[in-house]
This record gives sequence, structure tokens and C-alpha cells, in this order.
Amino acid sequence: MAILDKHAILEKNVTLLAVFALLVVTIGGIVQIAPLFWLENTIEEVKGMRPYTPLELAGRDIYIREGCYVCHSQMIRPMRDEVERYGHYSLAAESQYDHPFQWGSKRTGPDLARVGGRYSDEWHRDHLRDPQSVVPESVMPKYGFLENRAIDGKYIQDVMATHRFVGVPYSEEMLENAKADFAAQADPDADTDGLIERYGDKVQVRNFDGKPGISESDALIAYLQMLGTLVDFSTFTPDASR
Amino acid sequence: MAKKPIKKEDVGTTGHSWDGIEEFNNPLPRWWLWTFYACIVWGIGYTIAYPAWPGISQATSGLLGFSTRGQVAEQIAAVDAKNAPMNDKLASVELAAIDGDAELKGYAISAGAAVFKTWCAQCHGAGAAGAKGYPNLLDDDWLWGGDIDSIHYTITHGIRNTDSDDARATEMPAFGRDELLEKEQLDQVVNFVMSLSGTAQDAAKVEEGAVVFADNCASCHGEQGEGMRDLGAPALNDAIWLYGGDYATLLETVTNSRAGVMPAWSTDFRPAQGLSEAEIRAVATYVHSLGGGE
Repeated sequence: MAILDKHAILEKNVTLLAVFALLVVTIGGIVQIAPLFWLENTIEEVKGMRPYTPLELAGRDIYIREGCYVCHSQMIRPMRDEVERYGHYSLAAESQYDHPFQWGSKRTGPDLARVGGRYSDEWHRDHLRDPQSVVPESVMPKYGFLENRAIDGKYIQDVMATHRFVGVPYSEEMLENAKADFAAQADPDADTDGLIERYGDKVQVRNFDGKPGISESDALIAYLQMLGTLVDFSTFTPDASR
Repeated sequence: MAKKPIKKEDVGTTGHSWDGIEEFNNPLPRWWLWTFYACIVWGIGYTIAYPAWPGISQATSGLLGFSTRGQVAEQIAAVDAKNAPMNDKLASVELAAIDGDAELKGYAISAGAAVFKTWCAQCHGAGAAGAKGYPNLLDDDWLWGGDIDSIHYTITHGIRNTDSDDARATEMPAFGRDELLEKEQLDQVVNFVMSLSGTAQDAAKVEEGAVVFADNCASCHGEQGEGMRDLGAPALNDAIWLYGGDYATLLETVTNSRAGVMPAWSTDFRPAQGLSEAEIRAVATYVHSLGGGE
């Protein structure tokens, strides 16, 4: 074919080669990426998903800061052994407010996508202080210092505003009350009506680290205890064709 | 057999020349070319058989009707179907009858061991020996009862969680923190409690502590410190300690109280990752068989 014989022209002209290479890569990218924005099975809507509360969001930042994602994934793949081990496979919608997502790529420790409610707060405290005290074979480092690092949510409103900028639907009201909600979730004696009105009645309000004041440990445990619990799987039936 | 070298005139050159060295423009090897064409044909066939081409609202679903979700549902259903006769029987018989049916009991213990290692070992230990604050399940010291019905109830509803309304829930007062007892009294009652398991203590304090104990502790822990399972109040006279039996730990316990939490494992309370009735019965049978079962 005549046109195929013309490849020598591209091969001998570096600018032309770059232009055509870009063209080919662009077409490939569009075919693979663009449909994800409109295909129904990639944007499945699921009841129960809500933006993270200020305290959970702070805990998530600590999770990222400490590099938890290096050893823990948050993605239960749709395979029988994983479902038996960790619970219902993860849904795309469950990561919709994650910027960036925490799927991870390696499991030195177990998957954490549904770790919420699986252990008591006390277990998390014991485990963060000294993982080997509850799981002798664990190679996880100790994170007891988190308990001694007080946080006050000073910047949490800015963090939420940034998340809103990239698409998380935080309302004005949520932003305005960020610091109050942050404190209320870790205090069982606080007035939590506003927090619950804004984030739903499944929000867990407790003194997560069992100590007075709010520490990074409070935030991290609040985040962990929420993971994978937002979608109610007693009412949700996954569409098998997806 | 040496092939005759191909001459420049036969195939021509690529036109490149480096210091006079030129490159033949030989055709691609046949086998390679045909493999390449076969891959293209395979690729087209694959996109017809499996979900591939994006459309307006969804991608083509493929002639084979494959979906990842469908596949995992099928795999789970296949295993469930295999286990169904045993699981149905396990879930429907009287709990006490499992022990008498050798086949069912064997199945329950094997299945229960797998459940235990997945869901229970993180707190109670891979060998069920527990850890500080997490009860040892191998001995005959039970907080809430060691018969099969009690174990079954505990696993189903858990302890002091917010998921099940029927969770076992009692609260020990924080005698020190909430100033229900004086510092002196705390010291005395701790001495008394230690004396119950034969750890020799200051006799005068023990005597005073006995009074404090009778007034404040005996209603749950029993007059002799024998414990009360209805309330999950541990026996204090058996030298088996959940958090520790030394003076400092006991003082901490009486001062701030303790309240261990266990999740409610039934799928009724944990739809995404709970245990079915058969699984609960299996793991209850397994725990019951570990040595302390009553």
C-alpha cells in the first residue's frame, strides 16, 4: 500500500514524528479515559456516601502523612477470596470523595477498606501504641506518639475548602462550622446536633483515644472506624452487569 | 546449511550509511508477521466477546456476558452451594445438638477455625490465648458464660458496641475518677482484691478493703469475688486477670474502670462483612471446643 510505504518520511523528520506520536497517544488516551466520565457503570451512585467529617479528614491526612498507604491498601477486589477475607468488594463510589484515593498497590499489612467497626477503639489504641502486643507476628512500626500530638483543627476549614475546589460537595455551612464539628466529634459530651445534621446520624461521636483533649490519634481512629461503613449493604444490591 | 548471503541488489538498503556501513532492508520474518496479524484478529474477537467499546451510556457488554461482579457472585454461589447442605443443617439444628452429631461437629470446627483466624485472631490471638484486655478463650474462665448458647449470643451481638441493641452491655463505675471512693479506700479495696487470689497483702488494709468491697463491688463481683456472668463481672478470686493483677494495674482498673468492646458479628448488624448464622454457629462450636467450653 502506497501510504504505508511513506513511513520513511516520518522516520526521517523528528518534528513530524513527534506530532504524529502525540496524535496517536491522544487518540489512545481519549478512547480509554474519556468514556469513564459518561459511562453509567463507572459513575454508579450509591446511597450513604458523604464527604468526610472534619475530624475524619484530619485523620485521613495523618494516614497519608505517615505513609500508611505504603503497606495498607483500601481496595477489596471483586474476587471470592478477598470478599471472604475483607468483606464486600469496594465500589468506585466509595472512593468518590478521596483526593487522592488510597487504593494503594501493596499489602504488607491487611486491606483497610472495611476496617471500620471491625475492632474496638481500645484495640486501635493498643495496636497503634504497640502493634505486636495484639498481633505478635506484625511488622508494623509503633505510632504511640500520635496520642501526644494535640491538634485543634486550626486549618481544617482550609483543607475542606481545597477539597471542595476539586469537587467534594462541602456546603458553606460545613465550612463555617468546620472547627466546631472537628471538636464535637471527639467529645461525647458535646452538642453534636449540628454535626449530625450536616453529616448524617451514622457519624460516630466518641473520645476515640480515651484521653482528654483531641490528639492525632483521635483523628486517625475516627477515620479508621468510618472506613467502609458509609454504604448500607443491607439495602444496596450491586448491579451485576457493571 | 548456510544460506547464500542476500545481496544488496536483492533487497536494497535502508538508505542509512554510517562510515560506509549500510543496513539491508530485509523483510520481517514470516513467523513474526503472521503472529502479528493473528494478534490483531484475536484482539478484534476479544472486543466482541468481552465488554469493550464505549457507547453513549455504557460499553458493549460482549457476547459472553462477562462481568467481574457477575463472576465473583458466581464463584461465591458455587462454594455456597457446595456447603449449603451442611450450613443449612448447622443453622437450623438446636445449638446443643451440634455436639452430638460427629459429622456436623467436625464440619463446624473446621469452618469455625477458618472464621476465627479471619475475624477473631486479631484480638483473641491466632491460638485464642488472648492478650491484655482481650480474653483468653482456651481456659474455663468466662466473662459472659462458656456454654454454647452464651458464646453464640456473644458472637452474634457482641459486647458494648453501638451496632446491636442487644449487645451485652454493663458498665463498671470509675470509682476513683468519679470520686465514688476515697483514695484510701481505693488502696484498701485493691489490697483486698489481691488477697482473694492469695497475693499476701497488708492485713489491716485487707480488712478495711473487705468492707469497701462488700459495699461497692460485691453486688456485681459477688461476695467472695466469684464474679457474675449475667453482668460480665469477672471473677476476682481465680488469679486469672484480663488486664493484670498487680497493684498498679488493679488501682488503674478501679480508678478508671474497664469496658472491653467486641463487635456484633451477625450480618444483621454488619451487612458488608458480617458472619452468617451458620458461620457464627461454626465459630461458636470451635471456641467451645478449645478446652474451656461448658
